[in-house]
Amino acid sequence: MKLPFSYNLRNLWVRKTTTLMTALGIALTVAVLLSILALVTGLQSAFSSTGVEGNVLVMRQSAESELSSNLTRTQFQDLKLRPGIKRDASGQPLASLEVVSTVQLKSIDYDSGINISIRGLKPDPGLKLRSEIKLAAGRWFAAGKREVTVGKNVAKRNPEAALGQDLSFGKATWRVVGIFDAGESAANSEIWGDLDQICSDDNRCDTLSSALVRVEPISNVEPFIKGLKDDQRLSLGAMTEKRYYEQQTSSAAPIQFLGIFIAIVMAVGSSFAAMNTMYAAVARRSREIGTLRVLGFSKLSVLLSFFLESLVLASIGGVLGCLLVLPLNGFTTGIGSLTTFSEVAFSFKITPEVMLSGLLFALFMGALGGLLPAASAARKQILDALRDI
Amino acid sequence: MGKFGSLVWKNAIRNKRRSLLTVFSIAASFCLLGVLLAIYVALFLSTDDSPAGARRLVTRNRISLTQVMPISYEAKIRQVPGVESIMAYQWFGGVYKEPKNFFARFACEPEQLFKIYPDYELSDAEKKAFIADRAGTILGRDLANKFKIKVGDKITLKGDIFPVDLEFNVRGLFDAPKNEETMWFNIDYLWKSLPADRRDFAGTYLMLAQTPEAAPAIAQQVDSLFRNAQVKTKTESESAFAASFVNFLGNVKLYLFAISAAITFTIMLVCGNTIAMSVRERVREVGIMKTLGFTNSEVLGMILGEATVISFLGGILGCCIAWVLCRGVASASGGFANLEGMALVPWMWAAVIGAAVVMGTIAAILPAFGASRTNIIDAMRYSG
Repeated sequence: MKLPFSYNLRNLWVRKTTTLMTALGIALTVAVLLSILALVTGLQSAFSSTGVEGNVLVMRQSAESELSSNLTRTQFQDLKLRPGIKRDASGQPLASLEVVSTVQLKSIDYDSGINISIRGLKPDPGLKLRSEIKLAAGRWFAAGKREVTVGKNVAKRNPEAALGQDLSFGKATWRVVGIFDAGESAANSEIWGDLDQICSDDNRCDTLSSALVRVEPISNVEPFIKGLKDDQRLSLGAMTEKRYYEQQTSSAAPIQFLGIFIAIVMAVGSSFAAMNTMYAAVARRSREIGTLRVLGFSKLSVLLSFFLESLVLASIGGVLGCLLVLPLNGFTTGIGSLTTFSEVAFSFKITPEVMLSGLLFALFMGALGGLLPAASAARKQILDALRDI
Repeated sequence: MGKFGSLVWKNAIRNKRRSLLTVFSIAASFCLLGVLLAIYVALFLSTDDSPAGARRLVTRNRISLTQVMPISYEAKIRQVPGVESIMAYQWFGGVYKEPKNFFARFACEPEQLFKIYPDYELSDAEKKAFIADRAGTILGRDLANKFKIKVGDKITLKGDIFPVDLEFNVRGLFDAPKNEETMWFNIDYLWKSLPADRRDFAGTYLMLAQTPEAAPAIAQQVDSLFRNAQVKTKTESESAFAASFVNFLGNVKLYLFAISAAITFTIMLVCGNTIAMSVRERVREVGIMKTLGFTNSEVLGMILGEATVISFLGGILGCCIAWVLCRGVASASGGFANLEGMALVPWMWAAVIGAAVVMGTIAAILPAFGASRTNIIDAMRYSG
């Protein structure tokens, strides 16, 4: 015979204060875990929405990032003519030679400033290759001028790079003439300017950083990358643009590690607290347990009932925890990518999966905290239990 | 007072299981607070207090660390009064065998290196061999052990930032009080292997001030030296330079504060709840005590005292665990920012245990106050 579920609910209700306090403790633990998961999910989604299917990033062999890569104009001429690269309407290959460097700008989060990526490129075909990027305000930088267009996150997070400001890097200042919106893409954290203008400031107009090319159809991408790597003469390496960004998700590894560690230690503490609450419940209801047993409820159903009560208590905490972190959804923050050696801004994302893992985490705490008290309730001798005051 | 104290203690241990669970629960939270405090101090407040550490300054290009400065700056900086030695040093990057074999590789000026880092332990013979061989390199002992590199080996770095592959002769292994996972080699070797138009620069200059007191003034003077130059500089202490990498982890300060707040609140809940539970069991007992002549404030003191004892024990246990964890994190940090210097030092023990006592007592105030003011008649009638 099973004890009715409402019995558990009523019991939790009778001890409202204790129930609420224990549940809040669990809720805070869940909230800590969820904020970390929301951070990682947000970063993941920023990186995985960067890059266009069919785009291949070409860098010097053995270079892991555009910042540490070198690509000469001669290499680029050879690359451009390789079979497999898509051509535009006028017959020009869709291959964009680019130069990447960084500038340290003050940010709304850190006074000391943080590196922001600068990318020099030609709008044609650089922008054609990134069709997802739209102009949000102002205009695109003009060729041969000291002008830049900045990603929307740069404009928002780095006051020095707001529309109309003069940014100082390279040999003199650069006017911010526009803001672009790249959806969720990591490109929102970059500053873009004219290739020739930026490379001449850096004295590196013969040796640039990387090239982005479009390979079509998609099935040709892998053979194209392999062919490029095998060509000893060029000494180039390549990977899909998507992969290049996806692997940067590891930038969040230290924070993720710390966050999960904290959540686990807090969970241990919360389980102990839940255990305390449940032991107190068992102690208070000693006579009740005896009575239930006399009425014919089995040991197992007493055990299940108390265990269930603990799970209900924990899931109240889990739900509260989810509600607590909900306001965090969409909150923008930044993290440094060790690949680009500059900041990538992204938003916390609380997805249904994230919430579900929070609830499971809460149930896990409830199970840990409930098992022993439930077992002790089931083990009570009927006579002793009835005699208890 | 002695009797009163023993009453508090007896009450604290009367439900051993509950008290233990509470102590463990509080210990988990305070252990985290301790670790977070140590991380915060290591990342944001630590300074290298070794005699040479406090004298070291780093100069870099104001625009960003990835931009270089002309080598001519070295001679100009050397003229600044108070500068004892200076060397150019350059992050090399590159790949050793596999991209995953990541460690710090710096090009430097070997003769200056040992002046600026006097605490590097290396035999004189190895030192001389390193200085004499332009293609020589020295490695931290931990690093060499990790990759099974011995003195006399040849190792190759495939360049990425610099389009050259360099082969080195391992001339020595050094011990240092701090991070040893670093490889040093001669910057001259790097320059000579590069095309003529890309030579003679440095990504960073490292200098040693004559006294720690002179360091801040030197930093200002160096930067004002290049205020009107094409390439401007930024000079800061070595520990401030290391701390600037912390921003890479994200808004750590905010995270640490938010998490600490969540933990603090959890502690209050756990503590308050436990005391409330134990008070509820004792309402009649309180009634009896009052009949015997205990005053309200004595009952209040007794219950608060119990909370203090439990949270004090939780704080101590938490600190012990935190101490172990800090050592673990420090040795696993691989020299990132200042984390390797992270430790739970005595003042942190005091702070954490003090916070434990204060928070535990505050959390108990509400239930304790309620109990102390219970009317005797009501208390005696209470049936639990």
